[in-house]
Amino acid sequence: MALDQELVGRSYPPSAVYEVGRGKIAEFASAIGADDPVHRDADAARAAGYADVIAPPTFAIVLTLEAANVVLEDPQVSLDYSRVVHGEQRFTHHRPIRAGDRLVATTTIEAVRSVAGNDMLTTRVDVATEGGEAVCSATSMLVARGLS
Amino acid sequence: MSRLSVADVEVGTELPERVFPVTRADLVRYAGASGDFNPIHWNERVATEVGLPGVIAHGMFTMALASRVVTDWAGDPGALVEYHVRFGRPVLVPDDGVGGEVTVRGRVAALLDGDRARVDLTVTSHGDKVLSLARAIVALA
Repeated sequence: MALDQELVGRSYPPSAVYEVGRGKIAEFASAIGADDPVHRDADAARAAGYADVIAPPTFAIVLTLEAANVVLEDPQVSLDYSRVVHGEQRFTHHRPIRAGDRLVATTTIEAVRSVAGNDMLTTRVDVATEGGEAVCSATSMLVARGLS
Repeated sequence: MSRLSVADVEVGTELPERVFPVTRADLVRYAGASGDFNPIHWNERVATEVGLPGVIAHGMFTMALASRVVTDWAGDPGALVEYHVRFGRPVLVPDDGVGGEVTVRGRVAALLDGDRARVDLTVTSHGDKVLSLARAIVALA
């Protein structure tokens, strides 16, 4: 079923606050094999000019994957989730995510289109501190493959 | 490490090629760390039921491995300010004691205003391109 163009621009209420822990950053860094000490050692991070340990560049997915679920739960978004694959991903960083950040994620539908029977849905999740400082944006394009 | 200087970079500069082995254990660890527990990344039965040849790596895991080539080269994980990929073929990770692999090559494609460089990445698994339009913008010192 084609997605309604009127969904474009729809924004959802901000997520609950996600508090970034040093342990979670270290766990994520280990899982991707990133051994730079700025992910684990606060002194090394400070020596590199950061206030605390910083997260690897794709860490934001920990918050944004969950936040973007509000779109799939929207009854007006008729996307066959069983046929969905991740088509594209973009991260734009204003600064690295760091331990101690208290972040909220706000999801917006950026684009919908249908090509050759496949529905494509692009969502942008803007991540900011509780105080309103923009930290990063994660844009995901999901493809629901048509029945061929 | 300290951040790479723009003086040390020119269009055409090649980043050191890296080959990352990928095992089922790596996928389980990534699932836990990222919160993406889709069973196609750890359960052979579910993966084949949905038409895949077998368990595949999370696209986001491949994207993360490729980012290491850029951040290790740049000398600072905070240097990567913009990063985009399109997911193409999946990375198969067989449970055969060896697993799969991801090979990442990178090349500086452009120098941008504000001491930034665009790095274009070529990401393959056993010769098949697994990411396309894989591009990173790096803020240099």
